[in-house]
Amino acid sequence: MREYIIISRGGQGGVTASRILASAVALEGGWAQAIPEFGAERRGAIVKSYLRISDKPILRHSIVKTPHGVSIFSSKILELVDINTLTPPGIPILINSRGRIEVKDRTVYTIDATGIALKLGLVIAGWPLVNIPMASAMAKVFNIASLDNIIEAMGEYFRGKLLELNIEAAKLAWSSVG
Amino acid sequence: MSLKYKPIDLEKEALEDLRGFIDKLLSRPSLGSSGLTGTWRLYKPSIKIDKCIKCGICWLYCPDDVIRWVPKEYPSIDYNYCKGCGICSNVCPVKAIDLIIEGE
Amino acid sequence: MIRKALIGSHAIAMAVKLANVEVISAYPITPQTIIVEKIADMIERGELKAEYIRVESEHSALAVVYGASAGGSRVFTATSSHGLLYMYEMLWWVANSRLPVVMAVVTRSIGPPWNIHTDHQDVLSVRDSGWIIGFAENVQEVLDMTLQAYKISEDRRVLLPSIIALDGFILSHTSEPVVIPEPSEVNEWLPPRKPLPFKVEAGKFFAVGNLGPDDVTMELRWYIWRAMERAKYTINEVSLDYAKRFNTGSPAGLLETYRTTDAKYIAISMGSWSGDIKEAIDILRDEGYNVGLIRLRYIRPFPLEELRDTVSSAKALIVFDRAVSMGHQGILGMEVVSATNSKIPVKNIIAGLGGVDVSHHDFSNIIRGFIEEYESGLSIEWSIPEWYMPWMIKESEER
Repeated sequence: MREYIIISRGGQGGVTASRILASAVALEGGWAQAIPEFGAERRGAIVKSYLRISDKPILRHSIVKTPHGVSIFSSKILELVDINTLTPPGIPILINSRGRIEVKDRTVYTIDATGIALKLGLVIAGWPLVNIPMASAMAKVFNIASLDNIIEAMGEYFRGKLLELNIEAAKLAWSSVG
Repeated sequence: MSLKYKPIDLEKEALEDLRGFIDKLLSRPSLGSSGLTGTWRLYKPSIKIDKCIKCGICWLYCPDDVIRWVPKEYPSIDYNYCKGCGICSNVCPVKAIDLIIEGE
Repeated sequence: MIRKALIGSHAIAMAVKLANVEVISAYPITPQTIIVEKIADMIERGELKAEYIRVESEHSALAVVYGASAGGSRVFTATSSHGLLYMYEMLWWVANSRLPVVMAVVTRSIGPPWNIHTDHQDVLSVRDSGWIIGFAENVQEVLDMTLQAYKISEDRRVLLPSIIALDGFILSHTSEPVVIPEPSEVNEWLPPRKPLPFKVEAGKFFAVGNLGPDDVTMELRWYIWRAMERAKYTINEVSLDYAKRFNTGSPAGLLETYRTTDAKYIAISMGSWSGDIKEAIDILRDEGYNVGLIRLRYIRPFPLEELRDTVSSAKALIVFDRAVSMGHQGILGMEVVSATNSKIPVKNIIAGLGGVDVSHHDFSNIIRGFIEEYESGLSIEWSIPEWYMPWMIKESEER
């Protein structure tokens, strides 16, 4: 079993990202859990959600404390949260950032999810929709699910034009992380 | 005596219970379900036909539905079930119903 | 049969759709709201042909489904925490009128302080009301137990309402892969409701629950008590039949046992954290401890016989409670002590109130400590429940 933490801002779609990843894992015949950590739901507040994946049924339901990877939806969150309080050094992180970021003792993957969203016009209420490029990049760098299954899982959450654009965003993100 | 219960024949016992609890839980309207309540009466309401204006207010107020009345007719009282509560006498706008002491 | 990831709330809505429920009434409350939002959405899209009746309170919501159920319809409502407490009066009317209402209770702490996270205090406050009360461990079981609830409640051997309790957020908002039975197969297994125990309809004259002699009240309670006894058999029968037919992986019966066959020490729990306890049991087994878990799937009717059988050769029991009876003990703890006639020492742990997270590591530490206490003769101190609040121990050490 592998466990992941997603750190996003209320309104960025971190919870939906973890659900889409869980759906994609289910499509692959595996077991998964997408767990939101809810408090007072406020746009802009830092929100955590968790993802577990396994090839066997998952028994535990408690929150993730020892993740195999962390995904951060805004590089600005790094200025507010000490990443070492969430996960011990050595655990890889994926960050939404235009440029490269160095974090001591960690493998850091970066993806310009905001850039992808803006390029495709994926903007709602002034906020770029970064959750799909982030989910897609997570799936690739942490080896969670295939791009095809991410795209199929998205069909449970989006329809029409929004689905089309998000599929495009998932493909762009998949090809731009290493 | 005390009752203990351990189910043995689920179907049979369920049917017994169903009949039992339906019988107790539901009540169906019927004439005189509490017996001849006319025997409870101390005062007997008596309609004075010469004063009565056939308004039907006594019929409307009777809590035991023992006054029969149709518009434009005089009301009549079913003394088998009238408990003699006196409400009809109290509400009559023309004081056409007297209460007469009974059985003394 | 399809398999896809669903959150617990949507699994309930899916079960309501599969059961062809005819009347739904509910009032929103976090974390229950998304169940009835999803059902409203299904009705709007024409996927479910049902009446959705909006009301101004939970008391009215249950009153509406009470009426609809008395009229012969298959009904559903859902609530949580304060909403359930607001329904309290109507809960007894539904059970005492023997109506097969099914309700999801998304468990949530009761204020103050305001807290939207899970504990079992809300649903256990209605423990004695005559409702069948089941607790789900995961999202699959949420769906399975809801479907089974209609079959159990509407069975003429039972005719009592059912509550399906699921932990707020931990199950209601967590998405997990779920096997969804085929609608046509469900229709065959769960045909439309027969108008039992009675049907209120135009042209028929009767009153339900009219004033009567005192012995009638007592006699009606006796019938409910008997029906609860029969419900034990019906729950076993229905859940076994369901497991055989739909093979979704959920266990059948009033309780689930996990590695108890040769266990000398047995943990007892309900709800979603039972999975974390199973992982703790695995850790302890690897360390050489003879431990197992009993997870109650139903607390009403109480699985007395099964529990007694399973613990008969155990040395000591540890009960994890997410609810407490102030002035006494944890509620599940009390139930277990009474079921075992105090023949086996029971340690009662109160934990996870207000949604405090308890992990498999916490559970393995607690259970290890419990075994060590028993083996060094300290079980005499177990008459008082122990509150598991590691942060307070840390704070007092810092002081």
